[in-house]
Amino acid sequence: MSESHLSGLARELVGRALEAGASDAECTIAEGEEFSANVRMREIESLKEAGSRGAGLRIMKGRTTGSSYTSDLSREGLDRLVAAAIELAEITTGDPHAGLPDADELGSIDGDLGLYSADVEGLETERKIEAARCAEEAALSADPRIFNSEGASFETHVGRHIFANSRGFAGEYRSSYCSLSAAPVARDGESMERDYWYTLARGFAGLEPAEQVGRMAAERALRRLNPVKVPTQKVPVVFEPRTARTLLDNLFEAVHGMAIYRHESFLAGKLGQKVAAGNVTVIDDATLPGLFGSSPFDDEGVPSRRTVVIEGGVLKSYLLNSYAARKLGLKTTGNASRGLTGNAGIGHGNLYLEKGAPTAEQVIAGVADGFYVTELMGFGVNVVTGDYSRGAAGLWIRNGELAYAVSEVTIAGNLKDMLLNIEAVGADLEFRGSVAAPTLKIGEMTVGGK
Amino acid sequence: MQFSESIFTTRFAISRQDLENYLAEALSQGGDYADLYFEYLLTSSISIDESMVKSAAQGVSMGVGVRVIAGERTGYAYSDDLAPEKIRKAARVAAHIAAGPGRTGSFGLNEGVSHNLYPVVTAPTETAFTERVELVKRADKAARAADPRVFQVQAVYADNLRYTLVATSDGVLALDRQPLARMSVWALARQDGGAPQRGHAGGGGRVELGYFLNEKTPEHFAREAAREAVAMLDAVEAPAGEMTVVLGPGWPGILLHEAVGHGLEADFNRKGVSAFSGRIGQKVASELCTVVDDGTLSGRRGSLNVDDEGRATRRNVLIENGVLRGYLQDRLSSTLMHAESTGSGRRESYAHIPMPRMTNTFMLAGQSDPEEILRSVPKGLYCVNFGGGQVDITSGNFVFSASESYMIEDGKLTRPVRNATLIGNGPEALKYVSMVGNDLRLDEGIGTCGKEGQSVPVGVGIPTIKIDRMTVGGTA
Repeated sequence: MSESHLSGLARELVGRALEAGASDAECTIAEGEEFSANVRMREIESLKEAGSRGAGLRIMKGRTTGSSYTSDLSREGLDRLVAAAIELAEITTGDPHAGLPDADELGSIDGDLGLYSADVEGLETERKIEAARCAEEAALSADPRIFNSEGASFETHVGRHIFANSRGFAGEYRSSYCSLSAAPVARDGESMERDYWYTLARGFAGLEPAEQVGRMAAERALRRLNPVKVPTQKVPVVFEPRTARTLLDNLFEAVHGMAIYRHESFLAGKLGQKVAAGNVTVIDDATLPGLFGSSPFDDEGVPSRRTVVIEGGVLKSYLLNSYAARKLGLKTTGNASRGLTGNAGIGHGNLYLEKGAPTAEQVIAGVADGFYVTELMGFGVNVVTGDYSRGAAGLWIRNGELAYAVSEVTIAGNLKDMLLNIEAVGADLEFRGSVAAPTLKIGEMTVGGK
Repeated sequence: MQFSESIFTTRFAISRQDLENYLAEALSQGGDYADLYFEYLLTSSISIDESMVKSAAQGVSMGVGVRVIAGERTGYAYSDDLAPEKIRKAARVAAHIAAGPGRTGSFGLNEGVSHNLYPVVTAPTETAFTERVELVKRADKAARAADPRVFQVQAVYADNLRYTLVATSDGVLALDRQPLARMSVWALARQDGGAPQRGHAGGGGRVELGYFLNEKTPEHFAREAAREAVAMLDAVEAPAGEMTVVLGPGWPGILLHEAVGHGLEADFNRKGVSAFSGRIGQKVASELCTVVDDGTLSGRRGSLNVDDEGRATRRNVLIENGVLRGYLQDRLSSTLMHAESTGSGRRESYAHIPMPRMTNTFMLAGQSDPEEILRSVPKGLYCVNFGGGQVDITSGNFVFSASESYMIEDGKLTRPVRNATLIGNGPEALKYVSMVGNDLRLDEGIGTCGKEGQSVPVGVGIPTIKIDRMTVGGTA
């Protein structure tokens, strides 16, 4: 891949920071172009198109640090960027664990990760609008009860990410994605329900057919109609893949290196211990070609990799950047993540729960009386304690079959127990974003209702 | 602020004629309306963790968004470069949405009179970092000193200063300088080697730095965070199912934001996808409930002199004595619905299309003594602090998560209970409000509202209220 002029600029900014008195420096530059087309009730609702870029700098002065960013890449703007970061090093505290990764930890994985597809940039506006139109039309014509729509949208993004530091790392990669979504509204008597479905891929060719997206969205909205509020009870709960995935979002926060060293996680100090049922294996892998959590290097310039987080129910690794690793006496797992500026945080690559054998139907068939969760609401998860309480909607399972719609209820438990109590793992794992899980059945949770 | 003295004139040399020219370019393919939103944003943040100031950052971002409206269609483009050729290019891209004869002639740009709700002479962003860093250090010290069971403290201080300029083809020319500052403190406590519990507090507003030195100090937020963490150490499992819920005053007003506020935003109602669509004039709450959205409160986090479409903000009555009165309107929806704009058009930044949004949403005070409200409950839950909330506009179902609550037994507060989500249905939930306290309080200035990927600062408020029936999502 040819190097962009921005890569030269990143190295230049690192050099200028050192000249200005920094002992180390890291520079991130991002540029991107976004496009979106929204269609609603068969008419174009909005078109948006623009490009932007920005630069961020973090410097170390001994063990103190300072950060800055700017969208002003003029000479004057860049002068200010360097001066601003240097100035802030005066007010931070010397932290013995602060610093960049060691030189031998830096690098980038070889080979094409398939993060960029040229067909996105060449795509004509008409074709993008047509895809959105087609998805919405499929939803609107799926059933007479689909009477309205929040619309369908087609979005693309093409970007370039550049990173350089004073330990000799310089790297860049291009990426692209496009997505198509539809959000129809169904009505039956007094009952009105909305749902959505979507497809996304690195290139246009990777998208699922627009008709399929629209039909799926319509089916989802229709099956929510005329919901009941069930009585409060303890029952088995089955998460469909779209909601099962959020349990991995919760798990991510619990294995987040910063939360671990601060004792802000119910999994702190649990390495090597059984924290989940034996059928649970969770992997974080940023090296899978074409997926949304993949990258050749992390946001500190450490090569991306595959990390086993939980294997057969046993906690094998936290997810770490170089700072959290030093705090915990461990090695970075290449999970540094940040925006343009500030100290590196921690992110995941493609975080997924390995699939099991049964189909979703078989998992559901194993439940006599239980709750199949298709929608979760709110933020009621506390990773310090593991307490879990969220709003939910879905379908009631009666005698192994999906029977009727349920809404305005809560599901509650504690993540510690929920992970240990995963009784079934489905075979339906698919990546629709960077976090993925198959259908999961949890032995028992409290459903709060009437 | 005068246009000739604004940063856009002095630093970027933008003239009135330039604005006229850009608007003409935006309407060169036809269209009913165009606007320009210029933004220059300075941000800073400082954080402390383990008693070390581990991070400090500052930044600058700027840009202009160009919007063209033709009927129900919106064309939008933006540039993060304020060079004339870049702005013209954005205007041409946005213009593509329309098809028709271009508009020529002057738009008659005119600066109207606007509020002066945040007369901040020196914005916090303009003060010395050596002063601001003391705030997080003081918070760290105070939280640790508050209780020996506190063992981890984090504090973040963040501020920004946003300069905006809106010019519209309706002739509006509006300038604003919007300071905003906030502190947040998190404390972790544990006792006897048991499991930790977390407490959080924070606040701020469109204020001078002196606000944190004289009114709401770092010690105030730190003690509050420590108090919550320690209180939760003895928490028992939360109850599950329908029961009487009493909300304390202030931040629990997030109930109103989720239960009714979002559902009354005009875009959802224009499209007929809100559970509140077509219900103006209907009873949607008990007659004790009057709910307003007021963008004109001095110094509040959710306040604005002008909205992001250049309209003066207002006090809008949403629900009056239980009856639904009005929606929150922006330019697009108000035009299409033949209604007045309510000064509710907001956007996250120049890179975003404006939408109807809330500002400061609260319920007016009632007659009841808060003590009497608690005494009237034989068995129920008293919630004083919350995390975030969310709503499904179409079904009207909403949730909000209690981070600090207590059991009420025989009219008295007994045990603290663990985090639980409360769930209800927007047009129904407030019908069960049977008592409203005389103690209206606004939150301390911590709220950020997300809608379709755009975040904006907001405020909420509520007096103590009693809701006879609400579902609590505990385990017991």
